Amino acid sequence: MTVNSYKNQPDERGHFGQYGGRYVAETLMPLVLSVEKAWNEAKVDPAFWAQFDDLAKNYIGRPSPLYFAEKTTKHFTNGDMGAKIYFKRDELNHTGAHKINHCIGQVLLAMRMGKTRIIAETGAGQHGVATATVCALFDLPCTIFMGAKDVERQSPNVFRMKLLGAEVVSVTSGSASLKDSMNEAMRDWVTNVHDTYYLIGTVGGPHPFPAMVRDFQSIIGKETKEQMMEREGRLPDTLIAAIGGGSNAMGLFHPFLDDADVHMIGVEAGGMGVDTDLHAASLEGGKPGVLHGMQTYFLQNDDGQIQEAHSISAGLDYPGIGPEHAWLFDRKRVEYVSVTDKEALDAFQLCSKLEGIIPALEPAHALAHVAKIAGTLPKDHILVMNLCGRGDKDIFTVADKLGVKI
Amino acid sequence: MSRIKKTFEVLKASGRKALVTFTMAGDPSIENSLAVLKNLPEAGADLIEIGMPFTDPAADGLTIQHAGQRALKAGATMKTTLQIVRDFRVDNNHTPIILMGYANPLYAYGLEGFAKDAKEAGVDGLIIVDLPPEEDQDLRKFTDAQGIDMIRLITPTTDADRLPVVLEGASGFLYYVSITGVTGTAKADLNALKPHIDLIKAQSDLPIAIGFGIKTPNDAQEMSALGDAVVVGSSIVEKVKDIGENGDGMGDVTSLVRSLSDVLGPRPDEGAY
Repeated sequence: MTVNSYKNQPDERGHFGQYGGRYVAETLMPLVLSVEKAWNEAKVDPAFWAQFDDLAKNYIGRPSPLYFAEKTTKHFTNGDMGAKIYFKRDELNHTGAHKINHCIGQVLLAMRMGKTRIIAETGAGQHGVATATVCALFDLPCTIFMGAKDVERQSPNVFRMKLLGAEVVSVTSGSASLKDSMNEAMRDWVTNVHDTYYLIGTVGGPHPFPAMVRDFQSIIGKETKEQMMEREGRLPDTLIAAIGGGSNAMGLFHPFLDDADVHMIGVEAGGMGVDTDLHAASLEGGKPGVLHGMQTYFLQNDDGQIQEAHSISAGLDYPGIGPEHAWLFDRKRVEYVSVTDKEALDAFQLCSKLEGIIPALEPAHALAHVAKIAGTLPKDHILVMNLCGRGDKDIFTVADKLGVKI
Repeated sequence: MSRIKKTFEVLKASGRKALVTFTMAGDPSIENSLAVLKNLPEAGADLIEIGMPFTDPAADGLTIQHAGQRALKAGATMKTTLQIVRDFRVDNNHTPIILMGYANPLYAYGLEGFAKDAKEAGVDGLIIVDLPPEEDQDLRKFTDAQGIDMIRLITPTTDADRLPVVLEGASGFLYYVSITGVTGTAKADLNALKPHIDLIKAQSDLPIAIGFGIKTPNDAQEMSALGDAVVVGSSIVEKVKDIGENGDGMGDVTSLVRSLSDVLGPRPDEGAY
């Protein structure tokens, strides 16, 4: 099959090639279909987008700046070589990450559907904080499921969620991390299907969530395109973003998918190394399977049992990846690489000292890959990295890794 | 005639509702899970559901989650599960066996090979919780070819508009999930179920098994009035959990199953099958 456009996915059944779909229990199926119906109506309703755009501008603070990282550019310059590096500053959004983009969108949709209670899963806590924030704004009760391990390593975000009025449920089942908090959210959803909306925090889950979250996050790529045309008068050469489930990357990449000259790189969490058992690189180290409502790549053993992911970054610590990424990976439209915990930690410190920006550990992975390639690219090569979150939440983890007591 | 069809015919003729039991393959150990299964027909199980352990059972409550974890810890795999079925069939050729679980282990096994090996082992039906009708074609291709029934789930949220989608291509029996929730939780309200089940009966001749939240003989008797079978899982699994390495506690499982069976009507002779 030849692909005329990379932007016409998924098909009407929610499939990106073999990936995606709606692999959910029958109890949820009618609800998933009603979310799809509501989304199909909302996405062509100018009033819906007017409200979204207004909140994006005045509540989130969009557009986020496209910042020329001059010192980082100089740092990686190697004689005649060295790409010109821009950061898309989504860490400056209200709540400090890109997650708020799809939270606003989905809460507006949930209210349109008449749902009166919101649930969500969270890994690093960024999606949980963003969900709790928007729920506070719209007076909706919300329950956030968070792996017990993450509750411990992301305690500032747990406190934030509680301040915002959310109930935080510490999930101890399974491996007590992000995948298990998704299982627990599904169990809650199946039980409270009549009044509850599951606000999925990535480009994953059953259709229409991967496409819908992508559409909300595409604001990142659309702005980048406009800002780059304004600044440089042309499109960038390379886009780089970190990938756990893949929402910030999909948001940056999607508007550029049909621009053949724009190279895109998704950076997975390599943990202790993809040749070990301790990583979260589902494309590099996993194989296709079915979980959490979708078919995509998952870390699993030969018997189809899902393996625990490992990453220094709680937000990337997920054994799967959004189905559209799986599709783009198979078609080689996007290049997928991985960097280790150690490389991300180095990039985290470098960015803090060099730019005066403490990045989240998630985009620190993207920066670690920038560090590997920037010096090999010509000086007129324009590279945009999605700085998708700020690092305040990570300072305890980082201090611990560096052997510092705070 | 398939074992499932035959069983429902025989039971109907003798005025009995079917008892469907659920236990997890490999729980509490591979050997003892087989021993439990071998005791079930005599104790009163008319159809047997066997859970295929999975790391991420998103539709199950704690009891079944833990059973799966015990089984995986005991070394259960898809291969040992199929072997358990084979070993069960050595001295039972009439009790239908339905494997229940999640899609990923089947995909990892290979759908075509799984359908073939399951048939050869003596499996009669499959319930794959996360394969709704919209997503089960890939597997059905192969199970249809093998004559394995794909048991469809109907829930309180399956409304009149959607019901035909679920009934299209359904075979064996229909599994009515009586609550919106995970396994092992509260019992459904009988009066609330009746109109929905009547709606299903008007559109399908397949037997209806009612499951989720049925724990005691009392529950079983009450719910059986609405359908052709009741499914009991979590309360049996709670007893299986306490079986010792030497088989201590097996009797508690058998007596629970017997007490559930006794309220459902007279059991036909084995010769009737």
